[in-house]
Amino acid sequence: MNTTLHSIEETFNRISQEGGTALIPFLTVGDPDKETTLEIIQQLEQAGADILELGVPYSDPLADGPVIQRASARALEQLVTVRTCLDVAKQSRENGVQMPFVLFTYYNPVLQMGLDQFFEQAKESGIGGLIIPDVPHEESSELLERADAAGIALLPLVAPTSSERIERILNNGRGFVYCVSSLGVTGERASFHEGVDAFIQDVKSRTSLPVAVGFGISSREQVERFSEFCDGVVVGSAIVRTIESLIPDLMNANRREDALLQIRKFVAELKV
Amino acid sequence: MIGQVPDTKGRYGDFGGRFVPETLMNALIELEESYLKYAADEEFNAELNDLLKQYSGRETSLYYAKRLTEHYGGAKIYLKREDLNHTGAHKINNALGQGLLAVRMGKKKVIAETGAGQHGVATATVAALFGLECKVFMGEEDMQRQQLNVFRMRLLGAEVIPVVSGTKTLKDAGNEALRYWVSNVSDTFYILGSAVGPHPYPLMVRNFQRVIGDETRRQILETEGRLPDTIVAAVGGGSNAIGMFYPFMKDEDVKFVGVEAAGKGIDTPLHAATMTLGTKGVFQGSMSYLLQDEYGQVQPAHSISAGLDYPGVGPEHSYLKDTGRAKYVPITDDEALDALKLLCRTEGIIPALESAHALAQAGKIAPEMSSDQLLVVCLSGRGDKDVESIMAYENQGGEA
Repeated sequence: MNTTLHSIEETFNRISQEGGTALIPFLTVGDPDKETTLEIIQQLEQAGADILELGVPYSDPLADGPVIQRASARALEQLVTVRTCLDVAKQSRENGVQMPFVLFTYYNPVLQMGLDQFFEQAKESGIGGLIIPDVPHEESSELLERADAAGIALLPLVAPTSSERIERILNNGRGFVYCVSSLGVTGERASFHEGVDAFIQDVKSRTSLPVAVGFGISSREQVERFSEFCDGVVVGSAIVRTIESLIPDLMNANRREDALLQIRKFVAELKV
Repeated sequence: MIGQVPDTKGRYGDFGGRFVPETLMNALIELEESYLKYAADEEFNAELNDLLKQYSGRETSLYYAKRLTEHYGGAKIYLKREDLNHTGAHKINNALGQGLLAVRMGKKKVIAETGAGQHGVATATVAALFGLECKVFMGEEDMQRQQLNVFRMRLLGAEVIPVVSGTKTLKDAGNEALRYWVSNVSDTFYILGSAVGPHPYPLMVRNFQRVIGDETRRQILETEGRLPDTIVAAVGGGSNAIGMFYPFMKDEDVKFVGVEAAGKGIDTPLHAATMTLGTKGVFQGSMSYLLQDEYGQVQPAHSISAGLDYPGVGPEHSYLKDTGRAKYVPITDDEALDALKLLCRTEGIIPALESAHALAQAGKIAPEMSSDQLLVVCLSGRGDKDVESIMAYENQGGEA
């Protein structure tokens, strides 16, 4: 068993023994800049994050709502590339960050880097899992083969509309299952897809992999709600929006420390 | 040699496919199944053909442009008059087809993306005709460039939703339409306007547009007793071109020329020359040629013609380029404008800026052909919508 893949598994095993739920924050790498991202990552681990999703900025993020679209645009102004993101993962390890990293990227940036180079460098940078939201199961066979060879888990995504596709998707599942909570793009929301609980329970009953839920979860109350039956909860836009609101402070030497602490506090409060 | 494309996965050689979020996959599979069912359904086809005839005014004429032919002094030039369709362009062929499919599938709401507004107007028209609720996504910048079409869509009862993300043009309107569809997939039909996007859209749009080529083939055989030597059509996403080319695919002596927008020139950053300068990539649901940087970020396109101002291209065109079946060439804003004016003055027809790109290329090749050769140009739309842009361009001394 490869060490990086093992560590996603180990993380879920440890949390399950403790009777908890994995908190999986998301951030867009390079928003507002690479140095700040590196510092935020350290704060997130200290806040109790169990696994981190590193978002690669993309010009046309069609699975994302306005908050992550804006973060992507800011990161692209900083000329952040897939390599930058892998570099951030590597440097974070050197900074002593231990939680598993999942890279969230659209397909085209990976394709243009070249699959050989991408997987080689992702492995070297200690990436444990990979989410590519615009590559559905039917288009994923080559990626899955290469990800397996690199010891990186290509995480399966299932949506409330997946219905009879769920079985096939789960059969090829690695790492943990990412359940999309509701129809729509990423972003905070007050309510979830009708029948979301039954949908997640159904997924859980069909797989031995841990099951995490994401898309739209933004408050402690919502984290608690899903913790009752999920192994992990992903919080994205709410964190990205918190970072966005603190950019003027993060860019000010006198207020930077305080802003980083506010981000840490926001995430710590989500941990159940 | 061209094989039967697409395959069952929606692949045209290396191109096409279905690169979308999981949430949309079942909707696309359902769409594909319904489309294939109704494409083989006599009643559906009879109703569509009746609408094309009685409502849109088909068939459109294949007009021998005598004075234009004399001007160039080469091949005999025929114009396929898609500009004579209801709403002024070929877009209605596809909007009627997909609209009728939406009705058959029991969907009450339709959405569309639009650049210049032609597909938006066609969709709004069809939605009114079928009593469907209609939302059209349009880049804020395009809304300003095409105010008349915005008003037209609203008059027809559609809601026009300004898109403020990204470049605020067609590509972002497409992203926003897809995002909306992800959220409302259970009761909404996405009427996609070009031969792009995830399978089955490129196939479906081609087949709803092939009426252009089917009629042209029959008409030229009637008037000339033989097939044309060369067919020229403008390519943005490529729906009029693929509809025109497809029925001639196996006639290997008929040459295909697709014309893309070179904007200010292919040696400047302001162009939409996806075939000439693009590389393979995945964009808006399919693998195709794409304007992108080395890191895979999609680059903004530029053209005086909003309908060609798009960094992607339909996957079947990429396949035709790689197999050598079709040739793709760039035409600049200035060349297109000159061709537009020439057609106005020789034939009394104001073509759309998109179609003017095809006319400009025809002007380059006609003189090199002999007078017994036949050249067909797809006049995909009329230019009324562009008059204001042309005035602005002229007033700014060519700085649109």
